Amino acid sequence: MYVATKGGEKAIGAAHAWLDEVRRGDPAQPELTTTQVEQQLGLAVDRVMAEGSCHDRGLAALAVKQSRGDLIEAAFLLRAYRTTLPRFGASLPLDTNAMAIQRRISATYKDLPGGQVLGPTFDYTHRLLDFRLAAEGGLPAGAPQGEPDPSPTPRVTELLAQDGLMQREAPEESEPGDLTRQPLSFPADRPLRLQALARGDEGFLLSLGYSTQRGYGGNHPFVGEIRMGEIAVEFVPEELGFAVDLGDITITECQMVNQFKGSRTEPPQFTRGYGLVFGHGERKAMSMALVDRALRSPELGEGSEAPAQQQEFVLSHCDNVEATGFVEHLKLPHYVDFQSELENVRTMRAAAMKERGE
Amino acid sequence: MTLSDTADTAARQRWMAVLARASAADIARHLADAPPLPAHRRLRGPETGLVMVRGRAGGDGAPFNLGEMTVTRCTVRVESGAIGHAHTAGRDHGQAEIAAVLDALMQDGAWRERLEALVIAPLEAAQAERRAETARRAAATKVEFFTMTQMR
Repeated sequence: MYVATKGGEKAIGAAHAWLDEVRRGDPAQPELTTTQVEQQLGLAVDRVMAEGSCHDRGLAALAVKQSRGDLIEAAFLLRAYRTTLPRFGASLPLDTNAMAIQRRISATYKDLPGGQVLGPTFDYTHRLLDFRLAAEGGLPAGAPQGEPDPSPTPRVTELLAQDGLMQREAPEESEPGDLTRQPLSFPADRPLRLQALARGDEGFLLSLGYSTQRGYGGNHPFVGEIRMGEIAVEFVPEELGFAVDLGDITITECQMVNQFKGSRTEPPQFTRGYGLVFGHGERKAMSMALVDRALRSPELGEGSEAPAQQQEFVLSHCDNVEATGFVEHLKLPHYVDFQSELENVRTMRAAAMKERGE
Repeated sequence: MTLSDTADTAARQRWMAVLARASAADIARHLADAPPLPAHRRLRGPETGLVMVRGRAGGDGAPFNLGEMTVTRCTVRVESGAIGHAHTAGRDHGQAEIAAVLDALMQDGAWRERLEALVIAPLEAAQAERRAETARRAAATKVEFFTMTQMR
């Protein structure tokens, strides 16, 4: 129970004024611009866009600055902002095969048609602190350029499907459910689950994905393919009746290839777990793909004993904006609630003391 | 739809795509050598809203809602009566408005030729060069496995 209270306005005003000062830091230091955040803390911006479920680099950078680098607070700010805007419609589904690839790796095929491209990655770095960055050491040397290979880059999942070894996705064109319009109800179908996972907390999904690897609903995953790059977003305005490009966005896609023992209706084959996120978010895309596959286990007849396989548990708890709202509301005044609890404990305690005395 | 309609649509999609990827400042810079643009009237916007971006399960399966993106749209009418539209990623009202004006003018033969040469073609070339440069950087990080020939 909540109770309306008055007072505290002055204290709140002073607290927020102090917050503004703390955010700014030492005034002798130059102020961080949102462009600097967008350019130089790009992966924080990407994460806020993914979990804030709104692609806009400038807004996400502003949210990171305003939240003093608290990325969940930043996602919250972005979610709140999006509620002020009208929805013009939905894009055509992205054709991730047409992505201008900056990174593409496969852990299943070394000699993948179209090749493996590392892109700007932390992989193979030594994870040693680079003190040159602390010394403001000027511009980097500049990345070398090569001769692009024009050969096509087919999906690994398609290569397996052509051999009959990979379960194909159902040819489905129906309008997907939208959990921003209709609260989730269970069981949720795969499109709704993917929407929830795409905006879900990276840390939560990472831990759940990890739990499947450690045996809580294991699904024998291989990274069939991870690709990251720019892709055109196409939209059909009602007044035009044909598709127009809105622009390009960067996305990361992960196709996990998982063994499937087969069932009464399906032969043994590989199945997919799928991850797709705004920006360069490889850990998130991989975690999403692991959890997507785990959530398919009931329909594949593999049971649902492990936490990652239980959709009500996963989908109800993966949203960090909802989670932080409910956890942090505990800070708000619960004075009346607590008064009644206090009464309760006093009564129980008195009864217990009396019993002991008897 | 007739063949010429299809060709017209493809041509219009092309210049709209180029303008959607160009900032207001980029477009203005290329317009510096153009004759003054005729007056236009705003019929809608410029206004910022959201488009829900969709993906497909497994890359090629059922559509799902990935998340929204900010989009600014604008519709204008120019003196000749032609109507121009723009839908551009982001929140740049200036970009959406000038893109809508150019969309209207590009539908007029005389303007089309001039704007194609001054604005659309150079912007398209710059965008293609930017993409090509990214592709060259990516190509430099392509892994060559030396054991490949023996393995086959």
